[in-house]
Amino acid sequence: MNASVKPEFSPAAQAEIQRLIGHYPAERSKSALLPILHIAQAEFGGWVSPEVQDLVAETLGIKPIEVYEVSSFYTMYNLKPVGKHVLEICRTGPCMLRGSDEMTAHLERITGAKVGETSPDGNFTLKEVECLAACGFAPIVQVREKYYEQLDTPEAVDAMLDELRGLVHRPILSWEETGLPNSLSL
Amino acid sequence: MGRKLLTEHINVEGIDTMAVYRQHGGYRSVEKALKTMTPDEVVEEVKKSGLRGRGGAGFPTGMKWSFLAKPEGVPRYLVCNADESEPGTFKDRQLMSKLPHLLIEGMITSSYALGANTSYIYIRGELLYVLRILEKAVAEAYAAGFLGKNILGSGYDLDLHIHPGAGAYICGEETALLESLEGKRGNPRNKPPFPAVSGLYARPTVVNNVESIAAVPVIVNEGGEEYAKIGIGKSTGTKLISACGHVKNPGIYEIEMGVPVEEFIYSDEYCGGIWKGRELKAVVAGGSSVPILPKSLILKTAAGEPRLMTYESLSDGGFVTGTMLGSGGFIAMDETTCIVKNTWNFSRFYHHESCGQCSPCREGTGWLEKVLHRLEHGHGQMHDIDLIVNVAKQIEGNTICPLGEAAAWPVTAAVRHFRDEFEWHVTHPHEATRPGAVYHGGLVLA
Ligand SMILES: Cc1cc2nc3c(=O)[nH]c(=O)nc-3n(C[C@H](O)[C@H](O)[C@H](O)COP(=O)(O)O)c2cc1C
Ligand code: SF4
Ligand code: FES
Repeated sequence: MNASVKPEFSPAAQAEIQRLIGHYPAERSKSALLPILHIAQAEFGGWVSPEVQDLVAETLGIKPIEVYEVSSFYTMYNLKPVGKHVLEICRTGPCMLRGSDEMTAHLERITGAKVGETSPDGNFTLKEVECLAACGFAPIVQVREKYYEQLDTPEAVDAMLDELRGLVHRPILSWEETGLPNSLSL
Repeated sequence: MGRKLLTEHINVEGIDTMAVYRQHGGYRSVEKALKTMTPDEVVEEVKKSGLRGRGGAGFPTGMKWSFLAKPEGVPRYLVCNADESEPGTFKDRQLMSKLPHLLIEGMITSSYALGANTSYIYIRGELLYVLRILEKAVAEAYAAGFLGKNILGSGYDLDLHIHPGAGAYICGEETALLESLEGKRGNPRNKPPFPAVSGLYARPTVVNNVESIAAVPVIVNEGGEEYAKIGIGKSTGTKLISACGHVKNPGIYEIEMGVPVEEFIYSDEYCGGIWKGRELKAVVAGGSSVPILPKSLILKTAAGEPRLMTYESLSDGGFVTGTMLGSGGFIAMDETTCIVKNTWNFSRFYHHESCGQCSPCREGTGWLEKVLHRLEHGHGQMHDIDLIVNVAKQIEGNTICPLGEAAAWPVTAAVRHFRDEFEWHVTHPHEATRPGAVYHGGLVLA
């Protein structure tokens, strides 16, 4: 995104935002902040820049600081640019018992990125997260709305990466069509 | 085979659609409650059922409902806690993704009982795909006249909305959840006032776990007394247990309260034993926050009685020799598991998830993680073992919310039951970190 151009929500996103604001009492529209930040992140390249956060504040009629303090609290919001796919790798006990350390090591080797980094080809950002409520199918990686489960062999991990490499970006046409943020199609 | 009150139809093709769900008796509780019962009568049935909150604390649901303040002309809210983030727990996710209408039916019947006209399901943000499943089911419920104005001609109105979180374990704590639902950081509130008096938007609010709400339809359909016949003593009904770690068959199991722990672990109906033909070493029975127990104490109480899957039996012996049923996140560890590494992993989790409001929690969880890290990595001293117990003690009871205790208990219990393993890490600093090293009760096995 060109930093000098003020970001704007697409008409589809604006419509979805209005629908969400309608879920809360009139004087409580700030309640829609978390869902709107999710939409913003999906619309503007997988992360929320200060300019995008200012846009969210303007949309809700709240102070920018009210957005910053929230975006920095929750782990799902990326505050720095990310690769095409953010791999959220579960590192918590039950996944560790079933090999998440080994899975992470394999991911780092194959992608060329360490945890916290983006791969040189720009495809994958590796991010460690805590328990994803899927412990019985460990080890787990989450990529947007998709859970990749039982990644306990190098082959399973490689198949996930291959599938992700094949995904193409498409513009968000309609929020009704997809429900919530989703700018990738399988 | 025990009775399956929640999950009987979970594998029926198309059960996530209104049509199929209705064919299997879905939404009967809404018809029964709205057409033939007063709200107070519904509350009364839930009281009689003995249902206890399935989110972890086990507080009687009917009693919680009767505490709800009902000032004239002030809206009140029901909020469903679908934040499910306690390590080892994955039952709500399974229930919502496969049986979305069961939760929605429960929300309608429960909201009617509480006199709420707007209700929310707060779902953790990572479960985006489940949120979509729920939104689709909610739209179907509106179309069928189970939501909206004048439901089934009863004069009762209800709107139901789904709200995503964005990655924060602490938002499972009910007051942090309410803050988050108001569009703020998930900082737990000081109590009192309790949500029953001042909750969402400072209005009277009930917060209940997904599984608690999902139990309400069967209680209304069959009656509280029938429900209470299942189980033992004050542990009535069925409970979803999510089994993970080193069990042979991980997954969710709906059990009648009172199944022996030994049967749950070894029977093919449930976990099918320990994977790879190995021995069981330890179990964390109710999510990462509850005390770990060695094999001997999880199978039998200190008095030698078989341990049962009930609130009472699992907590027999208090924190000295017992644990808790908690959220039903059942984590089994085989003989090769390093308890020190696992304890460090959990401490890192709590440090990462502390909201930072109270110094004992913010600083204490940091200390626990740091000292456990050095013990695990062969840089620890003998006095570090007492140091972590001491730090844990200083967190307990000195914080705004129970996350502090949840961070402290696993550490105290691990040292109590596996002290020799911590000492072994100090006396064998190089072996402890040797790749592939495994330890059992202080002995190197391989
Ligand atoms: C740190 C912390 C995390 C919690 N996480 C959850 C959770 O993920 N889901 C849940 O239902 N309850 C959770 N709880 C318990 C809730 O505060 C609350 O007691 C529960 O939602 C009440 O519902 P119930 O009575 O139906 O169990 C958590 C509590 C604490 C202190
Ligand atoms: S105990 Fe920890 S998580 Fe809870 S309010 Fe205090 S600092 Fe926050
Ligand atoms: S520990 Fe990884 S999903 Fe729960």
